[in-house]
Parts: sequence; C-alpha cells; structure tokens
Amino acid sequence: MSEQKNVGIVIVSHSAKVAEGAADMVRQMVGDSVPLAAVGGNADGGLGTDVGAIMGAIDKAWSESGVAILVDLGGAETNSEMAVEMMPEERRERIVICNAPLVEGAVMAATEASGGSPLAAVRATAEELMGG
Amino acid sequence: MGDGGEIGMQEVKAHALLTNEVGLHARPSVKLTQLAKRFASTVEIAIAADGPWTDAKSPVKIMRVKAAKGETLFMRANGTDAEAAVSALADLVNRKFDEE
Repeated sequence: MSEQKNVGIVIVSHSAKVAEGAADMVRQMVGDSVPLAAVGGNADGGLGTDVGAIMGAIDKAWSESGVAILVDLGGAETNSEMAVEMMPEERRERIVICNAPLVEGAVMAATEASGGSPLAAVRATAEELMGG
Repeated sequence: MGDGGEIGMQEVKAHALLTNEVGLHARPSVKLTQLAKRFASTVEIAIAADGPWTDAKSPVKIMRVKAAKGETLFMRANGTDAEAAVSALADLVNRKFDEE
C-alpha cells in the first residue's frame, strides 16, 4: 500500500468540537494511513462553517487520488460546495461531498480509503450507510 | 450467481471463535475489513457455517454483522491468495483483534 495515494477525508461540522471528535474517532479506529483534516466553526469561533477554512482543510487532506468530504447540517454542505467550486479546476473533479452521516460516514470512508480504494468506492461506502 | 466460486479457483474456509470482550464491534470490524482488503481473493464471513455470507471487504456490511463474544466467525475466500486470506483473518480473530 502506498499511503500517499490513499483518498483523503475532510470532516466539516458546524462545531469545531464535533469535527475534532469525529477526526479523533477516525484516527483511533482507522489509523494514520489516510490524509485527514477536520474543520468546524465560523470565522468568529462560533458555531458555523467557513468557506476559507474548508478550502484549507481540503488542501491539508489533499491526495492525488482525491478527497471525500463529510458534512453535518445544511450550511456545511453548501459552504463545502462553494469551497469545492473555488478550488483549482484540475482538482475539482477529484473532490466529492458524501451524502452520509458525519461520524459514521467519516469512519467508513476512511476505512475504505485505507485499503487504497478509488474515490468513487470511498464515497459509495460512506453513502451505503444511508441505504438502510 | 451461485456461491460455488469460479472454475479453477479454490475455495478455502476457516472459522474462529470470537473471544474478545466486544465481539465484532466497530473497531474490530474496521480491522477485519482493512485486513481483508489486502488480499486479491474474494473474502467473506458469516456467523453460521452455511451463511449468509458477507463481503469482508465492505466496512458497512461487516459493521452490520454484529457478532458477539462466544459466537463463531466463519470465513471463506476464493482466489489465488485465498489460503493466506482466511488464515490471516482467523489469526486476527484469535489474537482478539490485538485489543486485549
């Protein structure tokens, strides 16, 4: 397994604590073989999400194989979409936002990514959680 | 699709008793999936000798198996490294997933 090629995971929550906690769970359960970044809170340190911070997280977790983003509520998704749109064009198609619960989705996506799976498989595994 | 495996492929089976406290819980499930993914063979597990079989490389499906301590985990693999795959999985279970 060449670790640098594993898909990266970005966790976007309205709360910095939720984001950090979810990232802690991923690191403890899955390990360090997956690039991981977590971001939460608005620019004032309150609850919310921040497009610039999300872009920074995507950069931090960047992998040539792409990045899967897990989000919590509404604004986290729309701001993540905006962050993706503002990324360099050649990266955009390698960034996906998963329709999955934040914590479970992050752990599942990271587990899939740790095996070297491509971005589409990582996303499918996270989204499989919604399939009942 | 039957479950007899492809022609020329040898199905290898094994089983191991879950002796760790939490059984096939979240973290053990992740470890089992990560290990299964290292092999090219198809790898499946079940909690009964005759199935139903679950893809051991699928973290979501494995998490849903929810086997408890005291249950026996059955595993089977098909492919060129099937033997190594089932013995590695059985070994992981026997080592209590390196958690205790």
